[in-house]
Amino acid sequence: MTRDQFRPPEHDNEHFLLTTVVGSYPKPKWLHRARDMWNDDENSFDDDDFEEAKNDASRLITKEHERAGLDVVVDGEMRRNEMVEYFAHRIDGCEFNGPVKVWGHNYFDKPSVVDEVEYDEEWLISEYEFTAAVADRPVKVPITGPYTLANWSFNEAYETDEELAYELAELVNEEIEGLVEAGARYIQIDEPALATTPDDHAIVGECLERITADVPADVRLCLHVCYGDYSRIYPEILEFPVDEFDIELCNKDYEQLDVFKDPEFTKDLAFGVVDAHVGEVESVEEIEANIRKALEVVPPEQLTISPDCGLKLLPREVGYGKMENLVQAARNVEADLDAGEISAGQSQAVADD
Amino acid sequence: MTRIVSTTTGLYPLPDTAKEELSDLKGNQKEDLIGPDLDDETEAVYDRVRAELIETQADAGLNQVVEGQARWDDMLAHPLAVHEAVETRGIVRYYDNNNFYREPVVTDELTADGDVAAELDDAASQVDDGLQAVLPGPYSLADLGTDEYYGDPAEYLAAVAEFLAGEAGAFPDVETLLLLDPSLVENPPRAGYDEGEGEDAFSDAIEGEAVTDAIDTLAGAVDAEVVVYPYWGALDEKTHAHVLDADVDALGYDLVSEPDDNVYNVQEYGTTDDVALGLVDGQNTLVESPETVRERVDWFTGSTPSEEYGTVYAVPNTELFYLPENKVEAKLETLANAAHLEVTA
Repeated sequence: MTRDQFRPPEHDNEHFLLTTVVGSYPKPKWLHRARDMWNDDENSFDDDDFEEAKNDASRLITKEHERAGLDVVVDGEMRRNEMVEYFAHRIDGCEFNGPVKVWGHNYFDKPSVVDEVEYDEEWLISEYEFTAAVADRPVKVPITGPYTLANWSFNEAYETDEELAYELAELVNEEIEGLVEAGARYIQIDEPALATTPDDHAIVGECLERITADVPADVRLCLHVCYGDYSRIYPEILEFPVDEFDIELCNKDYEQLDVFKDPEFTKDLAFGVVDAHVGEVESVEEIEANIRKALEVVPPEQLTISPDCGLKLLPREVGYGKMENLVQAARNVEADLDAGEISAGQSQAVADD
Repeated sequence: MTRIVSTTTGLYPLPDTAKEELSDLKGNQKEDLIGPDLDDETEAVYDRVRAELIETQADAGLNQVVEGQARWDDMLAHPLAVHEAVETRGIVRYYDNNNFYREPVVTDELTADGDVAAELDDAASQVDDGLQAVLPGPYSLADLGTDEYYGDPAEYLAAVAEFLAGEAGAFPDVETLLLLDPSLVENPPRAGYDEGEGEDAFSDAIEGEAVTDAIDTLAGAVDAEVVVYPYWGALDEKTHAHVLDADVDALGYDLVSEPDDNVYNVQEYGTTDDVALGLVDGQNTLVESPETVRERVDWFTGSTPSEEYGTVYAVPNTELFYLPENKVEAKLETLANAAHLEVTA
């Protein structure tokens, strides 16, 4: 199994619920200020200065994740401005024409694909190498999937968005090969666009086949999909060539939980136990109750504990509080499982066999 | 001889300078978005933006000019979202796009409040002729909102139509009134239909005749050419027939997203003497040439039985806010030049 390598040597409980996060995390205010200074032509704050600031932020937030007690950490995506823009800037064939509206006064620089897409400079390899060198815990790499990159761009160059997605899948594949070579063992592919167009699950599946074709078996692959109607993509997604699905359920109070009970969930489940869009820190008890809901779907051996989604929109202290309580709750549930104190759900019964 | 009139669907993106300015003035959380009580400084920015958008359209050479609807933070849901009798709640997805608006919930009686009329009054003072008003079609506006006051979907739709009619009745003189009606394609009225029921409580309860009546209510309130423009596909046959039953001067067809199904509707069931055609892609930065636009017009007129149309309104196939500012300007020129080709040909 790909998950045993992430169990910390000092882990006390017999059961192990892998704790991690989805990826993004609130940036320190000074990093925003540093970016503004770097963008200001009249300011002497140059590329080297900004690089140093990003390194400092990456180091700081990686350690913040470790301090919260997470088993697998990320650097909070301190170097990334946005989940599509960041990658499109590094892909040949993309250009930018200016910001477009998402909602209200929130905009993003939506790229236009104007020519054949080609792999140019690396996307995340140096980010991974830096984080892995800083971290004492294993590092996960979140990467935006090709279907979302295609869907959230203007497609000027390809006949269909599907064709563009497959071409981008080849580039994602190249990047993942580089990440694996650099030592990455846990890669999470983010495909939030699938939630808006669930009928396209076959396209996402085909993209994943292309991405994962040459990935060694000991590399853990996860797919993150959030804020959609899961009944329209389940159980089809069980056919996808990944080890784990990371889903958001806390936000709507687990109303879609039953979707995953039939047929049996055969992959590992990374289960959202705190809401990424509510500004209060859930209590340890509340999170424990949420984790028990996950045990109705999969046995503990298949369970990963995670927030619903990236935490970057929260105040930083709230983001930290959620991670800390999430870890504490997972450890408490492990202890309860060890002690046989948790009355098993149906899947739990299977696990006890 | 068919006359091609170049114009737009409105809902322009804010100019880039104003994006930041307004975000700084208003904030960027949902409680900061536009409401009935804007401060003077913010209104002044919107007045300036309105003048800029009108100038951009005039510079491009469009035959008809719109106000631009820069204030419409909630896109087509705007007339409800700013209304005193409406509460705005969570952020919800805007059709099948990666865009969101505040869900407007009607909690009291809807009466005309003059919000859109005030925008047009200011625009009218800057446009000598060819001013075009843009509103959501009553069906689409009702569909984007949620009713917690009227109780009955048909009554709610009729009330939304009356509200819009009151609003339109207060407009200054306009040449045309363009009603954007994507919900007629995306979530069509289903009451009495055999297929597709059970998808949505609002559309399940609305009969086609109620859509005809709602459009008539609004069309009767203005002394202008009334154009109904559905988009993101083609109308189903029954809805197409019900819209044609309404007292409208032109029905629209989105030739970018579903050219064949739209032409089929016209071939089989006929259409109005004037038509609006969605000819340039409002959701892709690829800029079409004027010749391509002309070919699309010729293809439509050549494929449909009518010998000749009176007026073809040449428009982008969707609202314009999906595009960056520079591409909007380029597409306006394409439309204006396509109409110009007609004159010089």
